[in-house]
Amino acid sequence: MIEQVDTVKRQKRMADLRDKRHKAEVRFRRIGVAAVSVGLIFLTVLFGVVLASGLSAFKQTYVQIDVAVDAEGDNYQGMVKRGLREYFPEVKKRRDKRKLYALVSSEAPYRLKALVEENPGYRGKAVSLWVRAGADVDMFVKGEISRALPEDERRLKDRQIAWVDSLEDDGRVETRFNWHFFTSGDSREPELAGIAVAVLGSLFSLLVCLALSFPLGVLTAVYLEELATRNRWTDFIEVNINNLAAVPSIVFGLLGLAVFLNVFELPRSAPMVGGMVLALMTLPTIIITGRAALKAVPPSIREAALAVGASPLQAVFHHVLPLAMPGVLTGTIIGTARALGETAPLLMIGMVAFVVDLPETILSPATALPVQVFLWADSPERGFEERTAAAILILLAFTILMNLTAVLLRKKYEIRW
Amino acid sequence: MPRNRVFGTSIPTRKVIVERMVMGLLIACSTVAVLTTIGIVLSLVFESFLFFRKVPITDFLFGLQWSPQTAIRADQVGASGAFGAIPLLVGTALISAIALSVSGPVGLYAAIYIAEYASPRFRAVVKPALEVLAGIPTVVYGFFAALFVAPLLRQGGESIGLAVSSESALAAGLVMGVMTIPFVSSITDDAITAVPSALKEGALGMGATRSEMVRQVVLPAALPGIAGGMLLATSRVIGETMIVVMAAGLTANLTINPLEAVTTVTVQIVTLLTGDQEFDSAKTLSAFALGLLLFVVTLILNVIALKIVKTYREQYD
Repeated sequence: MIEQVDTVKRQKRMADLRDKRHKAEVRFRRIGVAAVSVGLIFLTVLFGVVLASGLSAFKQTYVQIDVAVDAEGDNYQGMVKRGLREYFPEVKKRRDKRKLYALVSSEAPYRLKALVEENPGYRGKAVSLWVRAGADVDMFVKGEISRALPEDERRLKDRQIAWVDSLEDDGRVETRFNWHFFTSGDSREPELAGIAVAVLGSLFSLLVCLALSFPLGVLTAVYLEELATRNRWTDFIEVNINNLAAVPSIVFGLLGLAVFLNVFELPRSAPMVGGMVLALMTLPTIIITGRAALKAVPPSIREAALAVGASPLQAVFHHVLPLAMPGVLTGTIIGTARALGETAPLLMIGMVAFVVDLPETILSPATALPVQVFLWADSPERGFEERTAAAILILLAFTILMNLTAVLLRKKYEIRW
Repeated sequence: MPRNRVFGTSIPTRKVIVERMVMGLLIACSTVAVLTTIGIVLSLVFESFLFFRKVPITDFLFGLQWSPQTAIRADQVGASGAFGAIPLLVGTALISAIALSVSGPVGLYAAIYIAEYASPRFRAVVKPALEVLAGIPTVVYGFFAALFVAPLLRQGGESIGLAVSSESALAAGLVMGVMTIPFVSSITDDAITAVPSALKEGALGMGATRSEMVRQVVLPAALPGIAGGMLLATSRVIGETMIVVMAAGLTANLTINPLEAVTTVTVQIVTLLTGDQEFDSAKTLSAFALGLLLFVVTLILNVIALKIVKTYREQYD
């Protein structure tokens, strides 16, 4: 009897233990799922937020105004203001007038000037032209400023909303695709600011970066992997490169500031200096991936080349390197994509400037895409928020495009030995 | 050196001369990396030396006050700035600790799940998706932290009666943590998959559940690799700049409360060196001293981490 009770008890104990272990198993698994979900949810929210706040920047509100062009004189600002006053004759007070003028962007007089200079026949006549709306009106029309907010909490006042409504009723308000955003430089006015300077600056920097880091990186990889005899010096170079890959990017910026700007006295804010700093940063990546690609080429290729009389250099440059090229290019593209997103080192060498004019050479001042994001993110105006997000979208698009190219390149040309 | 062996002479042929030149070029290229390191060390040490002539090194390393606002003219009030780096170091440590307490466990568990539990199809989708997190430029994380996470934390804090600063260490730390998830998880993944399957199968054969196998066999065996990876992540987090520049504070605050605003070494370097600068002022030079500090700390972490990872890798090969 006693034995039987013991067995039952033991069985129960065993079953309990098993249940406990299975529960622990399920718990462990759930933690794993939760960890993966944290990453994925964050990614989704991040893209969601950027898309939600950035897409509206690709549209721009335009307002049609009627302007009586003076027969003589260049007071285009006065003409635009008079046109607005005549359209809303009830506006009398000084303060209200200033609000009225804010309906259109401050570039409206320049548009008028350009139009009149192109067609002198407009002098002394009334013309009707579409101009960019002011930033607040633009935000309102695109639904970024809510009508439901109390008046003192919104930038656009009740009176202005009434004007916009009446313009809309007359069919004088339109949203169009915002080409200007892609073709112009920075501006203090959100509705006039564009990313062209930043895109060109990034492009110039990356070209300089590639022109330096690709040959240097590939040749170093070839030397270290194929030709150098292992000794203390090559070991030292190798350790050096591995550590350089993990040095914080801002330290490279300090190097650029101290050496390129202060010692060599290269111009501040120039894409060339930016590219040089980025090249030093991408160099370790290219060397490390390049070596891996070279290592993957089987020794039989080398031996066959040497056996028919090629010199070691010929074996490498005629046979091994071409076969390793897809891998080398993949590493280069990934390194360049990372360089495209780098901001901190560029801040150190002064590529964080207010630049309106498009850079013509690699020595003219420019910003870069990520720096532009940083600059706009700092601006308090509501209109810059959507532009920041839009610039991020473009930055992400380029980054994703480059990484995708790398993946496809690897898939298409990679040789499995 | 290869000679023209056919005729037994020692006059180098044209081919040999060209090859020697190419070889020289290759060696020259490989020294660029070394020159870069030398350039970094020299420029940091030189400018720091100038700084330490103005401010004693002990004041810099052990001072509790950081306010680098030196006067432009000598007769201005408050002409002498304070250059004590401790508040910056504490701020950096605080944000890094928050970041690692996110990316450590999340990265570890995500890697374990993907390596040991996930179906091949799930893995093929999720692994690259997580790696996207590593490819996003940090300025985007900074924007996200400042625009979305910080206000969210602030509102959340308000609703439970906590005062959360709008530039809290928590917001910057959390976002930085998410940024490093793929970093930790890919290194953990490498370490886990390097554990020989004989060990894993042995554990399963003895009747262990999968989680027991992972916890009691795989993790202890992979521990050095994971530790090395965490050290690399730490050095990455310490040197990260844009997230903290955009989402953390500017004023040096000696606190370990994650809800308050703190500043970091990298933030100060950026604020000191953007805009107009005079190269002989202690204010500008202090940025290089901070840079030197950052370089030395991250270098030590990297050397230890690379060493651990390397020795460990050789163990099972």
